[in-house]
Amino acid sequence: MSQSEAPIIQFDNVNKWYASNGYHVLRDVNLSFAKGEKVVICGPSGSGKSTLIRCINALEEYQQGKLTVDGTVIGDDLKGIDKVRREVGMVFQQFNLFPHLTVLENLILSPTWVAKLPRNVAIEKAMVQLERVRIAEHANKYPLQLSGGQQQRVAIARALCLTPKIMLFDEPTSALDPEMIKEVLDVMIGLADQGMTMLCVTHEMGFAKAVADRVIFMDQGQVVEQNTPEEFFNNPQTDRSKDFLSKILGH
Amino acid sequence: MPGLSTGVLAWLKINLFSSLGNSIKTLIVLGIALWALYGAMGWTVTNAVFGANLEACNSMRGIGACWGVVTEKGRLIVMGRYPDTEHWRPVIATALMLAVVGISCMPRFWNKSLPLIWVVMLVIYFTLMKGGVLGLTPVDTDQWGGLPLTVMLTVVSMTMAFPLSIFVALGRRSNMPAIKTLCTLYVELIRGVPLITVLFMASFMLPLFMPDGVSIDVLIRVVVGITLFSAAYMAEVVRGGLQALPKGQTEAAATLGLSYWQTQRKIVLPQALSMVVPSLMNTFIGMFKDTSLVTIVSLYELTGALALALNADADWRPFKLEAYFFITLIYFVFCFAMSRYSLWVEKRTAVSKVR
Repeated sequence: MSQSEAPIIQFDNVNKWYASNGYHVLRDVNLSFAKGEKVVICGPSGSGKSTLIRCINALEEYQQGKLTVDGTVIGDDLKGIDKVRREVGMVFQQFNLFPHLTVLENLILSPTWVAKLPRNVAIEKAMVQLERVRIAEHANKYPLQLSGGQQQRVAIARALCLTPKIMLFDEPTSALDPEMIKEVLDVMIGLADQGMTMLCVTHEMGFAKAVADRVIFMDQGQVVEQNTPEEFFNNPQTDRSKDFLSKILGH
Repeated sequence: MPGLSTGVLAWLKINLFSSLGNSIKTLIVLGIALWALYGAMGWTVTNAVFGANLEACNSMRGIGACWGVVTEKGRLIVMGRYPDTEHWRPVIATALMLAVVGISCMPRFWNKSLPLIWVVMLVIYFTLMKGGVLGLTPVDTDQWGGLPLTVMLTVVSMTMAFPLSIFVALGRRSNMPAIKTLCTLYVELIRGVPLITVLFMASFMLPLFMPDGVSIDVLIRVVVGITLFSAAYMAEVVRGGLQALPKGQTEAAATLGLSYWQTQRKIVLPQALSMVVPSLMNTFIGMFKDTSLVTIVSLYELTGALALALNADADWRPFKLEAYFFITLIYFVFCFAMSRYSLWVEKRTAVSKVR
């Protein structure tokens, strides 16, 4: 990473409270991410890690501070949000494929309706992405006819169809059976090798060691520790991270 | 075919005569069924009078049905007060309307020319019915009646109420307080009054608030009344479907950059509506039968026309029951068709839900 280049994502003292119960979910978050960086965010449940990445594409609002994504300040400006969403792809824990559309229709929906590409061009691009996640032979099936691992790979391909600059992964393997986790992680490792900026909320420590430039540990809405994967796993600095690691690596 | 006969025999043995006790029960039920059928046959067929013969009908009163009442009054019941020399007009107009409804039910006709077909159909329908142009005798809307009126009220009200209900349902879930309040208020107000009150107000109260010299045709007022009424109920059905859709669907659509209306049209509504097909059809069927309430404002649709036809004629009035059987059959055919269509739609949308 060159230090001279401006960060692609910048959190400045970001604070967020839930509207429903006033819970302080993000506390004074200061983070910056460089272009092409791969970051794994971990922490106990309720630590605010999902909320953190969901702020980046404005699925969640924040109340204080400033969040800048690729030069656009995320706020009330709806045009800015549209621009950012075109540059940020997201993969969810529950896949969130559209069950009433075939795999191919899921992929070309946004390219044809938002980017206004001609249908045949969109299909061509979609097939490239399906080849990339090795699922092209299922293009005309409906999502629920596929296994969980296959559905998640389709979801990744769908996000890639927008040619995003940044990919967000919100616990992409947590809803999968163990034997399907690897096929999804392999696709993600492939993406990382091609230089995509990736933020991934996950507890897959093997993945973190293999691809992450940095691991961020969050607890109770705060960034408690951040370090390279080696340092973080072998030499955690705080009691909370030591406690967390002993729980997830203990078995 | 021996295979078939063993099949039938085997089925009988397994399902009806599997043990001595079951065999006895089967025979008892069969006996009761035959006895009831024999009794019913006596009244409906064997002892029934089919010709429009008043004397024969009267002599068989209580013993056999008088289907002659249908022969005699059928035309009046089906067509209502529409002038009888002009009956060909409602027949053609209604056939045309039903044909367009029929093709609209088939997905292969769902294209951009369909709305145009509807507009053309409605123009032809109302021209034919109302007359006054092209050498057609004018027929006032208060003369319209019978099945054509029932069909028209249902089709036109449904076609307007359904889209309206979608907007109201979306409005109730809107983030904009004004729209949300307005839609909630509308639904709660309408659901708080019976249809008969809505019709009564549309027919008698509305003209009082109109400026002098301005009058809206009673038929239009009634159509608007039924539309507003059923849209409120349908909106709640649609909202049920919207609530059932996981939040992840709209979030995924948002991350893909889809706008609010694109999300509703492409993602939310197709799934939400397919979930509520049975309840929607319930509302449609209810609406079809509720049109019979327009008699309250002196419009004689199918049920009203029946009362009109028989109440005025003391000779045939005793045979009302048979006449009601006749319109029951007509209502049943329409409702059954709607119910079958709903089942077909459910099967069709089930393709994407294989688990």
